[in-house]
This record gives sequence, C-alpha cells and structure tokens, in this order.
Amino acid sequence: MGWDSALLTPDDTPSGLTGPRDRPPTRRFDVYRNNVMSSLVGAMRDGFSVVHRLVGEDFFAAMAAEFIRRSPPRSPCLSHYGADFGDFIAGFPPAASVPYLGDIARLEFALRRAYHAADVTPVGQEVLADPDIARARLTLAPAVQVISSAYPVFDIWRANMDRSAPSTLSGAQSVLVTRPDWDPVAEPITQAEANFLSALPNQTLGEAAVHTDDLAPILARLMARKSIINVEVPA
Amino acid sequence: MFDMSRGHLPTAAGVGFKPQHYNEIISAPGAVRWVEVHAENYMGDGGRPLAQLRALSERMPISVHGVGLSIGGSDPLDQDHLDRLKHLLGWLQPASFSEHLAWSSHGGVYFNDLLPLPYTAKTLARVVDHIDAVQETLGQRMLLENPSVYVGFDETDMEETDFLAEIVRRTGCGLLLDINNVFVSCTNQCRDPHDYLAQFPLGAVGEVHLGGHDADEDLDGTPLLIDAHGSEVVDPVWALYEETITRMGPKPTLIEWDNNIPDWDMLEEEAARAGTILRGAHVT
Repeated sequence: MGWDSALLTPDDTPSGLTGPRDRPPTRRFDVYRNNVMSSLVGAMRDGFSVVHRLVGEDFFAAMAAEFIRRSPPRSPCLSHYGADFGDFIAGFPPAASVPYLGDIARLEFALRRAYHAADVTPVGQEVLADPDIARARLTLAPAVQVISSAYPVFDIWRANMDRSAPSTLSGAQSVLVTRPDWDPVAEPITQAEANFLSALPNQTLGEAAVHTDDLAPILARLMARKSIINVEVPA
Repeated sequence: MFDMSRGHLPTAAGVGFKPQHYNEIISAPGAVRWVEVHAENYMGDGGRPLAQLRALSERMPISVHGVGLSIGGSDPLDQDHLDRLKHLLGWLQPASFSEHLAWSSHGGVYFNDLLPLPYTAKTLARVVDHIDAVQETLGQRMLLENPSVYVGFDETDMEETDFLAEIVRRTGCGLLLDINNVFVSCTNQCRDPHDYLAQFPLGAVGEVHLGGHDADEDLDGTPLLIDAHGSEVVDPVWALYEETITRMGPKPTLIEWDNNIPDWDMLEEEAARAGTILRGAHVT
C-alpha cells in the first residue's frame, strides 16, 4: 500500500517504514495520517463555520472526512477548496434531516469566493442616467453571486451568525452576495430580482428587466454595494 | 546566477504573519523586524489578504514561505502552482523565498502536510531537478528547509545532512535551518541533535526557524514529538539555537506560531528573545 491511499484511510501502514531502533512505525505513520485529516477537516471547519454550528463538531468532522476522502483537494490553495461541499451535503443521506444544510454550505462558499475575488472599480451613479440605458450591457463585479434556496437560507445563516434562532424554517429565499470593500455582504433579495440577476450576463438591461416589476431597488442595491463595474451602451 | 537585487532579510528576528496581528505589526512591531507569509494564502485574485500583504511589504521586509510545491515528491512539479508563485513573487518582490524538503501532493491530490521522503541517489536527483526548475522559473535563489520526521525508510542510505549538503552543492540553493525540526526529528529517531547540527552545512544557512512542538509518546513509551507550531519554543531548542548561532554567526530568525495563535505581546516577546541572542552572538 502506498502513502497516498494510506493517508486518507484509517487502517493500513505503508510498507518500507521503520521506527527508531527498529520499532514498528505504525504510531509514527499515524502522526502523518492525523495531520492530513485534521488539517483538512480544520480548513473545512474554518470555511463552513455555520454548517459546523448547525450540526455540531462530531457530525461535522465525520461528514467533512467523508467529503475529503471522496473529493480531496487538487490544489495547495485551500482557499478554493470545498466548492462542491454543498452538493455533497445535499446528497449525503445522514444530513437529510437538515434539508437546508447544503444551501448554507453554498452560501458560505459564495462568501469565501467573494472575500478573495479580484479588486475592481465600480461605475459611478451617472452612467445609469444614460437615455439609452435599456440597451446597455452591465458587467457585475466578480464577487457578485446569487444563492437561491427552497428554504429561508439567509434567515438561517444570519441567525447562526448572531447565535440566535431563525423565526421560521420554511419558505424559499434568494441571497445576494457582494463585496463593497473588503468584507463580503449577504442580503436577501426577491425571487424576481434573483431571476433578473441571472439573466443579466447574457441580456441587455432592458431584456433582463422583464423578470422584475421594479428595477429600481435592485439597481440601487448593486450601486450601493459597488457591484457594477462596467456599463456598455451600444453606439 | 540569480537576481540578488531584491535585498535580503535583516539579521534580526521576524514572526510568521497572522492577520489578527496586523494592526500591531503596522503600528508597533517592537522587536519584530520582518515577517514571513505562507505563499498559498496569497494566491487569490484580490481582497483583504492581498491588500494587507501589500501594506506590510511597504512597512518591512517579507519572506515568502511555500508549503505546497511538493519539491520532494515523485510527481512532476505542478506548473500551475509554480506560475502562481512566480506571479506572487513578481509583484511582491520579497526578500526571500523558501520551501521544504518534503512532499505534499501525489497523483494530483494535495495532502496539506509536509510528508517525508527516503534519502537515496534517486530521490536526490529528483529533488535537485525540482529545485533547478523552481530557481530557473522564479529567477531567484531559494532556501530549502530541513523537515520534521516521524518515520524512517528502509531504503534510505544517506544521512539527511549529507543529502542537504549535496543539494546545496548541485543547485546553489541555500538552506533554512529549522532548529525545532532538528530537535523533533532527532528525538523521534533517538539521536543527539548536537551530532546532527555538527554535520549540518551551516555555511549555506540563510534563515533560521524556531517553533513549538507537542510531546507525545510511542506505544512503548518512546518520546514522540510532533511539530505542531502551537506553543512557545522550549528551552532545549533555545539552547541549541544559541549554540548554533555562536558557531555560524547571526542569521535572520523566525518565530513560527501557526496554531493556538497567541496575542501579539507574547509572540513579540519570543521574537525579542531571539533578537537578544542574535545581538549577543560572539562567533567562535
């Protein structure tokens, strides 16, 4: 058995190793195995603190270890690790009794992505005053993401950040993630606004606007969050 | 051979940078004259980490310490990772770049630990090739750190100190001497750290690391030390440090404290202790 498979499984020790004075190497190899798993579970715990809080340490550690064995990191940059943890949780039978857990993980990962997203310069308020604005194409900041859930994912996340209890666990919710300066912001938006935002990359502002009755609040919010970085009005 | 214009680390004490100490480092660094960062934490597209690093680099010299190149691995070097490193060193222009005599990736999987390799002619040739490639890509000399080890390999037929000396001879790289790693490895192998240090190619050392370890024991009660970077430097490691500085002369010295991170005053106190030893060094 080679090192790489032995590091992620609980039992075997690779051959060809020795302890001091020819003692067995088992417990010494366990140091490496423990370092690997505990450091990766620790990285997951840091990155998904609300998921951790919702299920507790024992459940989280077991679930994260299972995820790590199935989808180990492919890059030394662990700030990007765990992108598919939400999908994994959604298909992880022991977590089925917490049906919103996967969406909480998606929201936490979106916040982490926003934290590391490229720095950008937002457009000024005046560009929206262009008379041809309906024909314009808007580019949003790379931090901007929308998480849509069949559960009140923002309320649950917020309550756990505040260490309080959410008022309800039912009702769909969409969340907008942005990064105005250095700290990411999550806030609830309407389903219509979420539909508008998902149409925006491929449509003009006027085309995408059909998804919502009132464009003004979401545009004002994007401006306030410094999240529109280019407006291209065709000549 | 390599561009040496980036300056060098001061012959003084530094600490591993932790974001929670940012304000203290910027405003009142005390005995801390330089900081070291883990390269992999600064490979995002933007945001606060890069902004803080940029501001720090205007305040004091920076050492970039990589943990993910897997120089000791049997896989080819990860070209994407090497490119990210080149980009980081390009804009930051740090005073030093160092990595480990260890592997951390295999078959495309990253294990997030510094794993050991046997010391043989074959692994030596591979490490030398990897260091040549790293130094050529980055256009600068690197320092290679001696590892903490917990197991031996049947196939090892070279001493670690000879292995390191030969790497230095063939690649021109320098060494990062981690004295806590020496203490941990020697204790775990029932060897005397003084013997190890007597054989170590001290002339190539460009930086010293000091850190804390955890003490455990093997099933039969043999001491088993674990390089945990979560506590103070212990007195026997300070004693080895002082002896080594006396032999080789003062070198830039880093306090590594990555887990159970202390408040700034405690970390600065450890750095001050190293600074006092460096200033009092009388080379024999």
